[in-house]
Amino acid sequence: MRRIYLDYAATTPTHPEVVKAMLPYFTDVFGNPSSIYSYGQEAKGAIEEARSKVADLIGAQSEELVFTSGGTEADNFAIKGVAYTNEHKGNHIITTPIEHHAGMETCKSLERRGVRVTYLPVDEHGLVDPDNVRRAITDKTILISVMHANNEMGTIEPIAEIGKIAREARIYFHTDAVQTVGHIPVDVNELGVDLLSMSAHKLYGPKGVGALYVRGGTKLLPFMHGGEQERRRRASTENVPGIVGFGRAIELAKQEMDEEAERLTYLRDQLIKGLLERIDHIRLNGHLTKRLLNNVNVSVDFVEGESMLLNLDLEGICASTGSACSSSSLEPSYVLLALGLSPELAHGSLRFTLGRENTSKDIDYVLEVLPKIVAKLRAMSPLLKSRR
Amino acid sequence: MRDVLSLYSEKVMEHFKNPRNVGEIENPDGIGHVGNPVCGDIMELYIKVKDEVIVDAKFKTFGCGAAIATSSMVTELVKGKTVEGALKISNHAVAEALGGLPPIKMHCSLLAEEALKSAIEDYLTKSKKGKARRHKENAKCKIQ
Ligand code: FES
Repeated sequence: MRRIYLDYAATTPTHPEVVKAMLPYFTDVFGNPSSIYSYGQEAKGAIEEARSKVADLIGAQSEELVFTSGGTEADNFAIKGVAYTNEHKGNHIITTPIEHHAGMETCKSLERRGVRVTYLPVDEHGLVDPDNVRRAITDKTILISVMHANNEMGTIEPIAEIGKIAREARIYFHTDAVQTVGHIPVDVNELGVDLLSMSAHKLYGPKGVGALYVRGGTKLLPFMHGGEQERRRRASTENVPGIVGFGRAIELAKQEMDEEAERLTYLRDQLIKGLLERIDHIRLNGHLTKRLLNNVNVSVDFVEGESMLLNLDLEGICASTGSACSSSSLEPSYVLLALGLSPELAHGSLRFTLGRENTSKDIDYVLEVLPKIVAKLRAMSPLLKSRR
Repeated sequence: MRDVLSLYSEKVMEHFKNPRNVGEIENPDGIGHVGNPVCGDIMELYIKVKDEVIVDAKFKTFGCGAAIATSSMVTELVKGKTVEGALKISNHAVAEALGGLPPIKMHCSLLAEEALKSAIEDYLTKSKKGKARRHKENAKCKIQ
């Protein structure tokens, strides 16, 4: 059966070139980067090369990058790091209700330890109003954390504007850029951020590796205690193959970014347009234009997301949903609820995220299959009748 | 956005793909309309009863794969059963008939059980009222 992967925001396949770059670091160059003999030093050299590639893509200095085990660790490191390091200065964090679990749960864990957290509202498209950030600042505020682009509904936040406000107020500013780095231009100076989280497996790199950008001069207690790796900020023997793969993935992303951006934007718009045309009682979630170039998130009235996903899966299409039924907590997506969607609309949400392998044939296939699935499920929906 | 797709048994998927008895019954003898407090799903069950035996059952469900499959299965199980016998069908029996459900999906089968109970209750109250009405009318006739 034809298989169409449309869940690139969840993860991406590792690029064959990336795998190729990684392989020698499992075998030939297996040395510990902390060792002084050549095996070790060669591995160390490879790490530094990867570091400069990643730094280069986001306009940072190599010394400002700390490799982590992924985006989640980077978020934990940034948020807890700033909170613990600045305990004496204040105990207030400003964030949003649409952060990735990694940011959201980290803030909640700090809340339980007495840190005050302000969750700024977002509008119906998921946008944060920078003026609200300004108004939320108090003399106890130590951190502002707003994600660059949302993983579920794709809205891109006005990070540069918030960055200016943070800088004026001299408050640390963190952004989770896991969905944007490698896909759209990200420059830490243009954005005005002090901390920025990244992950390799969202950009055709391997799982288990990511990085946190830490602006020079930012004080941050070490995230892991132990050896002297990562300038004593994150102890643990480096994931050498992973880091090398991350570097190679970044390099490829940089080469292909413009072309891929244009291609994916076209496919995305084709899919959005087609869905809105062919299915009635459907709405696009997130912002129409300030949107990740590979994200399509719709809510289909009267039907439930998991049953749509199952039917799509039977047709070989992989997508995702914010329905309560498909989450282990049995609660609908908090991101979609934050946009003001009713639980029923969150229930009927579907997310398609496009990537390297997708072609317009795939889009046509989805547009052919999904309306039939919706019709089938609507025929058994008790909600539809009650609306008639 | 975790998914649970590969957790279902073949039987569940079979009923999900080809659900039996989808729809409504015109002039049903009982309707059950229940909502699931856990995740917000809705099920409607219609029954047709003749001489205390359920002769037809249909459903409409807004819910996950397990909810659709259990709805389908419960309509199959009740057909041909006496009203009393149908009342004894538990959600576990429905799940079992489907070759089991993932633990996190057991609450969906409860929806099917509750819809069935509520359809039968509806039938019982209606038929009691019906009987009472007929009784009254008969009485009236006699007086006149
Ligand atoms: S109906 Fe919601 S989880 Fe089954």
